Amino acid sequence: MRRRPNYLAGLGSLVWLALVGFPLYVLLISTFRTRSSYSSEGPLSFPEHLTLQNYIDDFSNGFGQDFLNTVIVTVSVVAIVLLVVPPLAYAIVRAQGRTISTVFRIFLLGLAIPAQAVIVPMFYVISKAGFYDHLLGVILPTAAFCLPVCTLVLTGAMRDITSEMYEAMAMDGASPWRVFWQLVLPLSKGGLSSVVVFAALQAWNGFLFPLILTQSESTKVITLGLYNFQTEHGVDVPGLTSAVVLSMLPIFIVYLFARRALVQGLMGVGGK
Amino acid sequence: MTALSFVSGSGRRLRAGRRAGVGVTRPGLAWAVPATVFFLLFALVPLVLVAVLSFTSWDGVDSPRFNGLANWTKLLHDPVMTQSVWLTLVLTLAGVLVQTPVSILLGVWAAGHQRNRAVLSAIFFVPLLLSATAISVVWRAILDPNFGVPSQLPWLFGDGNLMGSQSGAIAVLTFVGMWQWTPMHALLYQGGARAIPQVLYQAAAIDGAGKVRQFIHITLPQLRNTMITSVILMLVGGLTTFDTVLILTQGGPGTDTTNSAYYMYQQAFKSFDFGSGSAIALVLVVVATLISLAVVRLSGYDKMRSTSEGL
Repeated sequence: MRRRPNYLAGLGSLVWLALVGFPLYVLLISTFRTRSSYSSEGPLSFPEHLTLQNYIDDFSNGFGQDFLNTVIVTVSVVAIVLLVVPPLAYAIVRAQGRTISTVFRIFLLGLAIPAQAVIVPMFYVISKAGFYDHLLGVILPTAAFCLPVCTLVLTGAMRDITSEMYEAMAMDGASPWRVFWQLVLPLSKGGLSSVVVFAALQAWNGFLFPLILTQSESTKVITLGLYNFQTEHGVDVPGLTSAVVLSMLPIFIVYLFARRALVQGLMGVGGK
Repeated sequence: MTALSFVSGSGRRLRAGRRAGVGVTRPGLAWAVPATVFFLLFALVPLVLVAVLSFTSWDGVDSPRFNGLANWTKLLHDPVMTQSVWLTLVLTLAGVLVQTPVSILLGVWAAGHQRNRAVLSAIFFVPLLLSATAISVVWRAILDPNFGVPSQLPWLFGDGNLMGSQSGAIAVLTFVGMWQWTPMHALLYQGGARAIPQVLYQAAAIDGAGKVRQFIHITLPQLRNTMITSVILMLVGGLTTFDTVLILTQGGPGTDTTNSAYYMYQQAFKSFDFGSGSAIALVLVVVATLISLAVVRLSGYDKMRSTSEGL
């Protein structure tokens, strides 16, 4: 059967391309202008003189510190998630009984707990624990709120491992620990990479927990830096947009090289 | 600590397998302990605390003091609270109505075989990578009435002060929400559309059905389950929209775009009335939980306990 081109769909996709491409053009082009060119020539025109000064200024405004903090938060969150979620998912898929299905239900319910809803008590708990204005105070709740989605994704992946494989391992007299290391983990690589992608994106882009739970310069993360920048120098659009570009650069590089894996990860996650 | 709790897992090891007469190795409950304890501490304990705090008066510095139903009666008579609930519903519904058709079309398109699809869809999904903060600050700069794009295109935007009126601000929030979330929902639909058996389309083509009729009579009905999941995610997300409101409109003009999540933030962290903030939060929790129960029911997640466990 021959395929005819679908003009209607093609047109629709071009409309969306314009909707996505246009703001990205304005974003990118304004990072290379001077402040005065932005206000005199307007955001749409191509600037007469291109400059990298905005990027340099971002770093003297403390972007390096924000960046480092964000890296620390992201790496820690991914580490916590990788430490606790695989054993949990393994137990959910393989252990039997009412208790484990109750545990699974708790995590499913957790899917719908929005961070906004618990931010007041979180502020209370974190202050009482002495983690206020400390990166650990951002890391712990961020990781906790990644758990439900990660658990859902990973149990999905682990369910695809057939019972014959478990039987074969059992025949060898393998302990649950060995089954976990030699069968379950290697075979759920896809799920694990989805989990890493999701947790890393959540941590890298997280805003609410840092907004509420930190206050000083030394614990500021990138998203908070962007927010503060806007409230303090709202008119310096080139400075702001270059910071935005810097904030998404690491993710964008990963996207360029591992688009398929990243998109599949996000597809599997499907969540917020 | 985690390593220790795994050890007890090997306790109940071999159980007679029914089919092959082989011992089956199963992990013990201990494997679930670290994650569960962590989750209870940082997600569920705060959830219980929010209920407790909603019956107290607390300024964030002294200890919370029990004050009965005071926060609740105050909120019941607070016009801003009533307005914020109404506004939350409007924003949520507008989000679902705008995002659903766009993401279905985009997802189905991305699942097909059009030319240049790979390149285009690579660009399409860029908003997925940006934080809500970045998206909001960029759109705020772009839509700025004095220095942004509207000032350059007066034939399109009039006086350009889009966020100066309630309807304009709601439109902007809905549009930016669409820009931010459509790619993710399109991905869901792309996966859903890929799973539709091609036989259905071939049969329809033999019967002489065109592209549009195939879309209406095959694609849409087949995407029903994806649609349920996607819409429910949009509902929960819409109810708790916060970052975009904070950055784009600060709830304004006046309190015209103050939705419940933003009002909660204002009450707690700006007016230092953490008791009222907790009460608003509790309302959000209850509504979101009801929706999540619906997710679990409708999607059947709770029934897929095991596809590979016939041991």
